[in-house]
Amino acid sequence: MRAVLSWMREFAPIEGEPDQIAAQLTSIGLVVEGVETVGSSWDGIVVARVVALRPHPEADKIQLVDVEAGDGAPVQVCCGAFNMAVGDKVPFATIGTVMPNGMEIAQRKLRGEMSNGMLCSGAELELSDDHDGIMILDPDLALGQPLATVLGVTAETVFDIDVEPNRPEALSVIGIARDLAAKQGVPFALPEPAVPAAGTDAGDVCSIRIQDGDLCPRFAMRVLRNVTNAQSPAWMQARLDAAGMRPISTIVDISNYVMLETGHPNHTFDLDTVPDGQLIVRRAREGETLTTLDGVERHLLVPDGSGIGRGLGDGVIANRDDDPISLAGVMGGFDTEISDATTNVLLEAAVWDRMSIAHTSRRLNLRSEASTRFERGVDPLGVERALDRFCELAAELTGAQIAPGVVVAEPHPIEATVVSTRVHRVNHLLGTDLAADKMIDLLSPIGFDCSPVYNNEAGAATFDVSVPTWRPDVGLEADIAEEVGRHFGYDNIENRVPVSLQAGQLSDAQSARRNILRAFAAAGCSEAMPMPFLAPGDLAAAGLGGDGLTLTNPLVAEESVLRTSLLPGLLKALAYNQHRGNHDVRLFEMGAVYLPRPDGELPDEPWWVAAVLGDADASDAVTTLRFVGAFLGLDLRVKNETRDGLHPTRSAAVIFRGKTIGEVGEVDPSAMEHFEASGRAGWLALQVDPLVAGLSSVPKAKKVSRFPTSDLDLAFVVPNEVPADAVRDSLLKAGKPLTRSVELFDVFRAESLGEDVRSLAFSIRLQADDRTLSDDDVSSARKKMIDEAVKRHSAQLR
Amino acid sequence: MPELSSTDAVLAELNGAVEAIVANAEEAGDIETLDSLESGAFGKAGPIASARKAIGEVPPHERKLLGLAVQESKTAVETAIASRRGALVDGERSRRLEAERMDLSEVVGEPRVGHIHPLTQAWEELEDTFIGMGFRIAEGPHVETDWHNFDALNIPKGHPARDAFDSLYVNNGDPGSTVLRTHTSPVQIRTMLEDDPPIYIVAPGRVFRRDTADATHLPVFHQIEGLVIDRTISLADLAGTIEEFTQAFFGKGFHSRLRPNYFPFTEPSAEFDIQRPDGSWLELGGCGVVHPHVLKAGGIDPEEWSGFAFGFGIDRFLTIKHGVDDLRDAFTNDVRFLEQF
Repeated sequence: MRAVLSWMREFAPIEGEPDQIAAQLTSIGLVVEGVETVGSSWDGIVVARVVALRPHPEADKIQLVDVEAGDGAPVQVCCGAFNMAVGDKVPFATIGTVMPNGMEIAQRKLRGEMSNGMLCSGAELELSDDHDGIMILDPDLALGQPLATVLGVTAETVFDIDVEPNRPEALSVIGIARDLAAKQGVPFALPEPAVPAAGTDAGDVCSIRIQDGDLCPRFAMRVLRNVTNAQSPAWMQARLDAAGMRPISTIVDISNYVMLETGHPNHTFDLDTVPDGQLIVRRAREGETLTTLDGVERHLLVPDGSGIGRGLGDGVIANRDDDPISLAGVMGGFDTEISDATTNVLLEAAVWDRMSIAHTSRRLNLRSEASTRFERGVDPLGVERALDRFCELAAELTGAQIAPGVVVAEPHPIEATVVSTRVHRVNHLLGTDLAADKMIDLLSPIGFDCSPVYNNEAGAATFDVSVPTWRPDVGLEADIAEEVGRHFGYDNIENRVPVSLQAGQLSDAQSARRNILRAFAAAGCSEAMPMPFLAPGDLAAAGLGGDGLTLTNPLVAEESVLRTSLLPGLLKALAYNQHRGNHDVRLFEMGAVYLPRPDGELPDEPWWVAAVLGDADASDAVTTLRFVGAFLGLDLRVKNETRDGLHPTRSAAVIFRGKTIGEVGEVDPSAMEHFEASGRAGWLALQVDPLVAGLSSVPKAKKVSRFPTSDLDLAFVVPNEVPADAVRDSLLKAGKPLTRSVELFDVFRAESLGEDVRSLAFSIRLQADDRTLSDDDVSSARKKMIDEAVKRHSAQLR
Repeated sequence: MPELSSTDAVLAELNGAVEAIVANAEEAGDIETLDSLESGAFGKAGPIASARKAIGEVPPHERKLLGLAVQESKTAVETAIASRRGALVDGERSRRLEAERMDLSEVVGEPRVGHIHPLTQAWEELEDTFIGMGFRIAEGPHVETDWHNFDALNIPKGHPARDAFDSLYVNNGDPGSTVLRTHTSPVQIRTMLEDDPPIYIVAPGRVFRRDTADATHLPVFHQIEGLVIDRTISLADLAGTIEEFTQAFFGKGFHSRLRPNYFPFTEPSAEFDIQRPDGSWLELGGCGVVHPHVLKAGGIDPEEWSGFAFGFGIDRFLTIKHGVDDLRDAFTNDVRFLEQF
């Protein structure tokens, strides 16, 4: 909302510099996003009279004009327009004038003839779009007077205010002026419009019937006769301009002017196109259409009985024959629009159901200044005054004759909401210690009428607040507290800090997750944050089964499926990097995947952590897994098996505490191809919850043995199908309780060893807790380990 | 009785021999030469042993003199050999170390270190600040019921404010019943329903809107939400908490202010701004006293308890702190971006 300062001053003597006013507006929740000075800088432009016109001797498109500005001394001006006659009064920019567009007027010669200034068009004055001719002024204006003074147009200070949805009344000059006047403590007054009425009563020529009372709580009409529609006066055009609306014609401009001033949109019908002046308000019916004044035929939406949102259907105004002639609150109809030929006008202002308007205007993409006001809520008791203001201006500016009387329909009487307000409760919510009188002093100037203070049944000091009908959002004690707080000033509320009696801390899971992030970063992976949305087919292309949930209204189809795996997102990120020449890229992500559940239940959202290692293979992924396990102190083991999305012969399950918690290996080459990633890529993915559980258990200290250790190496030839880890586990077990560690330190394959076998060499450390190991201890352990490997895994000692 | 030896002759022989040994020791080119000199000098047939033997053979009054001379000779030889040995060992070590000289700048290989996303860093920093103020961290699902995301937050069905959130709906259950949460506020509701007051929590999290990505808006972004419910919580407590957070997170010299605003889930509502030490203002987020309808939806009696809530975006800290002028850059996952943090 662009609030024009001079306009507000018609209702309250607003004080202060623009910056101060802006700060005050912001402090009461009317956030000023900008302060502008708009309109004329017309210093130096005066009213002059055309004394003589002569052709330019050297140029066809320029004529010589003698003008006189009241001093009896005509000066010659070269002018490119030919629309004026001797005796016309015109705007004359004297030498030295700086025009609104910044051009400075100087004395100069045009093809040998002197020009001592400039005659101005409407466009040059930034008053209209009229470039074609010099603006011809009212012949009664006094010569030599500054144009700004005689037209009543001065530079305007405008506040660009971001009005919150709960403040419909602030979408009007009056509403903002009222709030600001209260803040400044200056009086606010709303003058009653003076409507000179004559002729037949409005009630005799028009009528209104409201069929759907929930659609339209209130509807009012007046009738204007002998309306002429020309250009509105400069002062009105300047104000509309400053407020951001384009001047069009007197009647349209008055309509907009009244809307901006009062907050009430209004609509004019050509009365002669409305049979018997009869109007009916109702919801749209099956199959109805209406051609709106933009010439578009609209198919109307019928209520579906749900009473919610779109289900409300469209509201219409119909004529005597029950044909829709206007889309209620959104746009008028083509056939009943006023035209240059219109002389009799049916003027209406109404209150419409907010949600109906919101949904109709959005559905048809017809949001306007009017629909915005209706959907936020207009003051039901303000419609008559708005009509009166329209009539006052129309009578004054067009000479329209106003029919006596206002025709009003209201299905139910409008009653003000009354809120019982406990003084202590308001103080409790604000953290203040205000007396009841102070609260009432803050509320009264903004139209909240307060009863005397009384004690309620519980003995609490209370007063009843009658909420003004222009504040439909206010209905609770908390709302009243906000109004008190707004006008008391949030800045005047003293800061307090509540004391939390709990220790602030991360949960075990939250701190475990931070450790997991660090483990992957320490392993050389950088944290990526791919979008959790996938394209249809991404999961299948990544070799993953199952369907993800889909979005009802995705921005684009490529982002319409919720991921069930981190694989596609990380592969896309890898490919993105590779396409930009980044090599050896290692990325990881920790985040939720979304697994559908039956019966409309919300999906399961387990967290996973996964890493993709570009230009790397399965062994790099296992090394990373081991690093992560070592960093976190978790015994993460691998078990060869084919995993969806992974290279079928280079993948393994990750086992923790006997359960599969993830996978490791290489990305399936066909998935690499689909996502346009090149080379091989290592892959590691772990469920976060089991890791968190592992990290949450507190390790118990074991005594470190003080006796010497004994180290030995054993190498076996083992069939390829026996996992090295299985041999390692057997050795560890067989040597118990002396085996402290068994590490694989060498693997090699050679023809001399045989086919489908390889040598696995283990380094083994033995130690006892209670004694120095004897030779017998060591050889007995060694024998047990060898026997176990041979027996269980068909291993041969080398 | 054998003829007494001439002391002078013995001394002369000893001195001559010692001089020669010392001279040879000083010349010795390696440890072995030194070892053989040493064993020669101190051997049974060596000059020291010979002179010591002669002590008994010289006149008694000269024995002491000769004894002293033997002792001195022994010391002189030992000193000379030890000194030369030290020099040879040092030289040997120097040569060996010199042979091991390295150019430490020619070492090949860069360390591979991963980087935590700057968004996560900001997220954790915010969490830590609130933890220091006695808050805990609450969480909730990304896919929400429309009840948790809207109705419970005083945004009933059909309310135009729902449209303002530009929600992404999920095909799950009844049409329109499941939504990707548009804000972290549903975590307020879940926390109230699960925990008894007093409640002091912050809820950082990922949120979703149907926004086309541009330099300052992303369809997937991050917020942190705070909720306090206690016996006498007021707008004053909210203002004080925001101020304390401002100083703890941004530093001394930063301040905050509240100014009236509108949110469906709080009443009174406010916007909060941060003032930098240079006096300029930064609009940070929204806040307010929890609306009684929201408390009721959370199963809390508004007459007994009151609360405040606040929330703001985390992604903006990438701009504020690191000067990321286009947020989209932070989420392409280009390692050249990530490696800066």
